[in-house]
Amino acid sequence: MTKKDLGLLLLIIVVGIVVAIINPRFLLPINLANTSNLIGLFGILSIGQAFVIITGGIELSVGSLVALLGVLFIDFIAVQDMSWTLALPLILALGAVIGAIHGWLITRLNLQPFVVTLCGLLIYRGAARFYTADGTAGFAFGQNFPELEFLTAGRFYGVPNTFIALVVIAVVMWVVLHRSVFGRYLYAIGKNEEAARYSGIRTSRMIMAAYVICGLLTALSAIYFAMYTRSISPASHGQFYELYAIAAAVLGGFSLRGGEGSIIGVVLGTILLQELQNLVNLLGIPSSLNFAVMGGVILIGVLIDQQWHAIRAQRRLVSAAKQTETRVQGEAKTTAIASQESASH
Amino acid sequence: MDRSANKHDIPPPLPEKPFLTLSGVGKTYPGVVALDGLSIDIFPGEVIGLVGENGAGKSTLMKILGGVIAPDRGTMLLDGVERHSLSVETSIASGIAFVHQELNLFENLDVAANVFLGREPLKAGPFRLVDRNRLRDMVKPLLKRVGAHFTPDTPVASLSLAEQQMVEIAKALSINARLVIFDEPTSSLPLAETERLLSIINLLKADGISVIFISHRLHEVERVADRVIVLRDGMLVGTLARADIGHDQMVKLMIGRVLAARTAKPRRSPGSVALKASMVRTGAYPGRPVDLEIRYGEILGLAGLVGSGRTELARVLFGIDRSYGGAVLQDDKEIAINSARDAVKKGIFLVPEDRKRNGILLDLPIAANITLANLPALATNFMVSTDRERATADKQRARLGIKAPSVSTRTGTLSGGNQQKVVLAKWLSMSPKVMIFDEPTRGIDIGAKNEIYGLMRALADAGVAILMISSDMEEVIGVSDRIAVMHEGQIAGILDDQEISQESVLLLAVGKRLK
Repeated sequence: MTKKDLGLLLLIIVVGIVVAIINPRFLLPINLANTSNLIGLFGILSIGQAFVIITGGIELSVGSLVALLGVLFIDFIAVQDMSWTLALPLILALGAVIGAIHGWLITRLNLQPFVVTLCGLLIYRGAARFYTADGTAGFAFGQNFPELEFLTAGRFYGVPNTFIALVVIAVVMWVVLHRSVFGRYLYAIGKNEEAARYSGIRTSRMIMAAYVICGLLTALSAIYFAMYTRSISPASHGQFYELYAIAAAVLGGFSLRGGEGSIIGVVLGTILLQELQNLVNLLGIPSSLNFAVMGGVILIGVLIDQQWHAIRAQRRLVSAAKQTETRVQGEAKTTAIASQESASH
Repeated sequence: MDRSANKHDIPPPLPEKPFLTLSGVGKTYPGVVALDGLSIDIFPGEVIGLVGENGAGKSTLMKILGGVIAPDRGTMLLDGVERHSLSVETSIASGIAFVHQELNLFENLDVAANVFLGREPLKAGPFRLVDRNRLRDMVKPLLKRVGAHFTPDTPVASLSLAEQQMVEIAKALSINARLVIFDEPTSSLPLAETERLLSIINLLKADGISVIFISHRLHEVERVADRVIVLRDGMLVGTLARADIGHDQMVKLMIGRVLAARTAKPRRSPGSVALKASMVRTGAYPGRPVDLEIRYGEILGLAGLVGSGRTELARVLFGIDRSYGGAVLQDDKEIAINSARDAVKKGIFLVPEDRKRNGILLDLPIAANITLANLPALATNFMVSTDRERATADKQRARLGIKAPSVSTRTGTLSGGNQQKVVLAKWLSMSPKVMIFDEPTRGIDIGAKNEIYGLMRALADAGVAILMISSDMEEVIGVSDRIAVMHEGQIAGILDDQEISQESVLLLAVGKRLK
């Protein structure tokens, strides 16, 4: 854990204590379970986004994709009578394919990530709305999928399974990003894509893989979201989710220029964001201010981080100056003593 | 080439009053005396060569003259006015202009916009619109003065490096410069373009403008300077009057000892052909196929003008650019190189020209840079083994003498020479068969330069085939076993040991035939 991560964790705890003191309902099991469920849902999404951001890219189509894949998933199992054990891998594969297409457009056809995924944002939203003819996709009365519902919306000893899924995914992705050769390549590409290419790294393939991972995790969370809301109106479902994911990554210490950030950071960023949402609800702040609170906190967080860096750099210079000063003084002293000694002799 | 004749083309004017006098100027940073009581007179129309190794205090002096930093002792007499420090504004107002090694032009704008950036003539009226016609008329005479043949409307991006430098000089003239400071102006220019620059300096001089010419390329200093000032560790260690200016004296003063005279290279018998380019066509000159053979155990120098297609050839051989025809043969077998990865797999490595962009990741630690190309070999089950990574990096650090506290040090904090060693370490930690060096010592001080040469020679002796692209005449002649010279995309000639001379390289580079 870096200092930045620790700082974020501390902030989460401090905010938590303050909220708990003002409104003790914060610590009720039902509230904690609900919040951790949301953390799980958004956390998986944000980790996917993190992989793209680390390469210096961005994935804006996430929210629309959550809507499109969610609609498809519900349609597959509720209307088309497809077995969920088939629908689930199918949706995941679809997410991966869409990620691969984005990656391909970006690396092979040299389009900018912002442009490609902005088009995706518009296209998938439109596709989702067209697919249901702007109607709401949902389950019929009495339709039940016990195993699927347990896995996606159930709890294990009171802990939401989505949260458990996030923990598992975070651990796996931590290993992938922070310990594997692939992860090292992603950091290298984010820092300097050309130098990475000149070192014989297949940069295009690596970047594509990052988008595939993002697509895959987005598809997984799309299923979780669908099973959580159980009905999807494609015009609004998942709206702004890409921004939640990007915000979590930025809060967690990612640089949009690429090459910086950690899995722990993005998970902590997600936790803080959801805690803030919860805070808005519990402290009776008008929910219309929801986004404003989030935006304000992110801005302040980034500002503090920036200033912190500047202060530390300054301090390093000052201490270096001091060290040399004391050394010079020390030398002066020894010469003074030596001359005194020789004088006394 | 008759050096002495060239040198005395324009007799040095000897006006009484110096344009600028520094007396006892010093600057101390925490832990280091950057400049130690420097006293210099600079006369109008005088060309001063300023030499010294990296860290000798040249950049500190430049920053003081530019008004970027204030000295903490000493005085400056500028145009008769005594000052303790300059501000950027007074520096510009007094006519001190800089032409930096890395050009500060806006490539997306045209020449005229660059020359008068921030000082554009405006049309009458409330909207502050730029008067383009007047701007053009103001730029034209300046371009003429520097001998440029392009128009004020030319986009800077379409100019060669030398032409871009002309724009910088025109910019200096536009503020009525009286002292133009050239900071390593030729390090990216070879031969003919360098000639043009040196002649522009003579033009400035004839106009009574003073010039400070900072360069690691001593033979250029030798040719252009009226007086040479040598700095070492922040101190003025010597002033050479025109008659005393010589390569060996300068080097002696710079490093504080005499270098052993260059001995003739022992005859070596190179091995078989390691890499062969057969009718290879690059994107730069698709109509001009290149044939070239690099043998095991030799250093093949590749000389030529900037834009003659050398870097493009290297990029094709290393798989960065696609080739437009022809074949590449390794050990007499045709190989397919479609990416840098293909080349790396076959033991063909490139030490690129633009170190910071293509060679290293400045923000990553030394160890990560050294192992970047060889990670799979250092990994178990796709996981990076930090122990093995460290061990590899430590071994290379010791072998190459990379000066850094540890291999976890951020690579960006190292000096240019040490950064270049990190690039080398990356490849040496694998097993090189063919190494391509593109301008291997660009921006590196003399001490580190010699170390790099030593490493290259050791590699060649160990049997590695080396192709060295260099625009530095001293380097290409001093280091190469054979020299291939490129001219406009083609190999104009290959010089063997006996035939190597400055004249022959120069003649071939400009497209002439050897007698």
